[in-house]
Amino acid sequence: MTVSRWTSALGSAFLAASPCMAYAAGEPVVIGDIDDTSGVYADVEGAGGVEAINMAIADFGGTVLGRKITVLSADHQNKPDIGASKFREWADQQRLNLLLGGSNTGVNIAMSKVAGAKKVPFIVIGAGGASLTNEDCTAYSVHYVYDTTALANGTATAMINAGGKTWFYLTADYAFGTQLQSAASKVVETHGGKNLGAVRVPLGAADFSSFLLQAQASGAQVLGLANAGTDFSNSLKAANEFGITRTMKPAALLAFLTDIHSLGLKTAQGLYLTTGFYWDLNEETRAFAKRFFAKMNREPTMDHAGAYSATLTYLKAVKAAGTTDSDKVMAHLKKDKINDMFAKGGYIRADGAMIHEMYVMQVKTPQESKYPWDYYKLIRKMSGEDAFGPITGLCPLAPK
Amino acid sequence: MSTVLGIPVPVILGQLTLGLVNGSFYALLSLGLAVIFGLMGVVNFAHGAFYTLGAFAALLGLQYLGINYWLALLLAPLAVGVLGVLVERLLLRHLYGLDPLYGLLLTFGLALIVEGSFHQVFGASGQSYPVPDSLAGALNLHFMFLPLYRAWVILASVLVCFGTWFVIERTRLGATLRAATENAPLLQAFGVNVPLLVAASYGGGVALAALAGVLASPVVLVNSHMGNELVIVVFAVVVIGGMGSILGSIVSGLVLGLIEGLTKVVYPEASNIVVFVIMALVLVLRPAGLFGRE
Repeated sequence: MTVSRWTSALGSAFLAASPCMAYAAGEPVVIGDIDDTSGVYADVEGAGGVEAINMAIADFGGTVLGRKITVLSADHQNKPDIGASKFREWADQQRLNLLLGGSNTGVNIAMSKVAGAKKVPFIVIGAGGASLTNEDCTAYSVHYVYDTTALANGTATAMINAGGKTWFYLTADYAFGTQLQSAASKVVETHGGKNLGAVRVPLGAADFSSFLLQAQASGAQVLGLANAGTDFSNSLKAANEFGITRTMKPAALLAFLTDIHSLGLKTAQGLYLTTGFYWDLNEETRAFAKRFFAKMNREPTMDHAGAYSATLTYLKAVKAAGTTDSDKVMAHLKKDKINDMFAKGGYIRADGAMIHEMYVMQVKTPQESKYPWDYYKLIRKMSGEDAFGPITGLCPLAPK
Repeated sequence: MSTVLGIPVPVILGQLTLGLVNGSFYALLSLGLAVIFGLMGVVNFAHGAFYTLGAFAALLGLQYLGINYWLALLLAPLAVGVLGVLVERLLLRHLYGLDPLYGLLLTFGLALIVEGSFHQVFGASGQSYPVPDSLAGALNLHFMFLPLYRAWVILASVLVCFGTWFVIERTRLGATLRAATENAPLLQAFGVNVPLLVAASYGGGVALAALAGVLASPVVLVNSHMGNELVIVVFAVVVIGGMGSILGSIVSGLVLGLIEGLTKVVYPEASNIVVFVIMALVLVLRPAGLFGRE
């Protein structure tokens, strides 16, 4: 055998061995984030979400179990097939250890199927559909920030207590909107209210006034806005313009801080909404917000805070488990309490729901707002159990 | 209360009125597209981006320079029109001898750059532009309250649309423009500056898009996606009206707005596809469009 053949044989032996060697010597822990970074929900989480994940990693020290932590991010463009195939690709080729799911319930349902099949822990941040911890639950899914049940329990109850007994819904025509509407309808019925009807509006509609006139014609007292992001803002703006807010009280079944910022207090004042986090709640939240603001030039939404907290929670679980093995990490995630600036005494239930306090807020009037981003006043703190309700039994992992 | 197909007449009238408002935007936007395609043969995919630029020009003008709505209605289309002339002179004109696909790709690329840049700087959630005080009230039409501003949108759009149609179809300038599309070398031989004429047509077409953008800014949140969402529908409107047909784009814009409005009462879930269903039907039955020439 000539020298050159020897070297090439050695070379290929080395190449074949190198992936394992690299793994043993500290393959990075890979955290992925798949979110809408260019569409209607991009401000709710988007680039700020990636920033929050990086902040959490830096606060954790940049490594776990002596391994570096790296972040991958991708835009799902609100298309379930893109989200699911990206997740599958990362799981197969990038040794993905954790996926954080951004906005859009439809995309997150598709991604949860991949989590179950690939056995990769999957923490949903931005999406709201409660089906993620019910019919669509998996052993590897966690629903972290809020869900449609909690939103309905918070906002619909507050509206009914304020006298709004009859409801008509403007519903985003996809998984999230319909789940939110049905959750709110249940709360309304339980409290003796009446649901008068709903109109299903295509996502990203250019004009909402036609749908609003239909809502007004129903004669209902409450206009339930079961939509989100730009759709929510545009429908509330049109409701004001057409004077519908004079005869009907709008209920923001899901509104983010960024939506209120876009609309301005003049339009949004008086709205009730439910949130898992507000930047101006206490010293800890303000400290986080100040650091976030320095990087993103705006205050964090509940999704930003949730992405930060979820990343920390996962890294703590890896540290406690001493491994990134999905089953062992999941066991720790479901055992250990969560205490940070986002959640106090939070815990992850068998069905994957992260149970933590939620806040019913009312949007301040322009006069009440004293400084930039001073938008909410706290109406009621809901315990995690009140907000997320009992286990329904729809998830096979969590019998009633 | 009298009804049609089980729907109360006032509800139908209300939806038709709103359909007319939306149709006004379709008409303004598809008119610009039709002018550009008819006179230059360019499929202007950047049309939505120029609409967005118009809205942002109004918003930023108000925030930083204190330019009021009425002035913006004049200045924003002017500024965007000048930008359009530059785009035509610096970029588009190099592509005239080539397959129309190149123009389409170039303008599509421009649209992505504009949207991406605005997204980067201003985010996705958008900003509110206040309704001018003089148009703040509402009209009582008995079957509905129509905000004065929306009535103004219909009026402005109809005036501008028919003004444009008149200039192109009934004046000497319009005749020269049309001659340039029929036989440019011959017209040039008569001493007419054809390249200038073409650049001005493109500038005029995108200025119409910018005008629609300014008109829309008090109605919707101004954000980087606003044009993107609308332009696909507008392309369908142009195809239905007949590519390049000025009158076709105006009439089909208004009529499709009305049809869409009715769909919103009868079967709201289909309201975002009804225009495309009609487009498919028109393409099958009359491929050149309703007003197009074979």
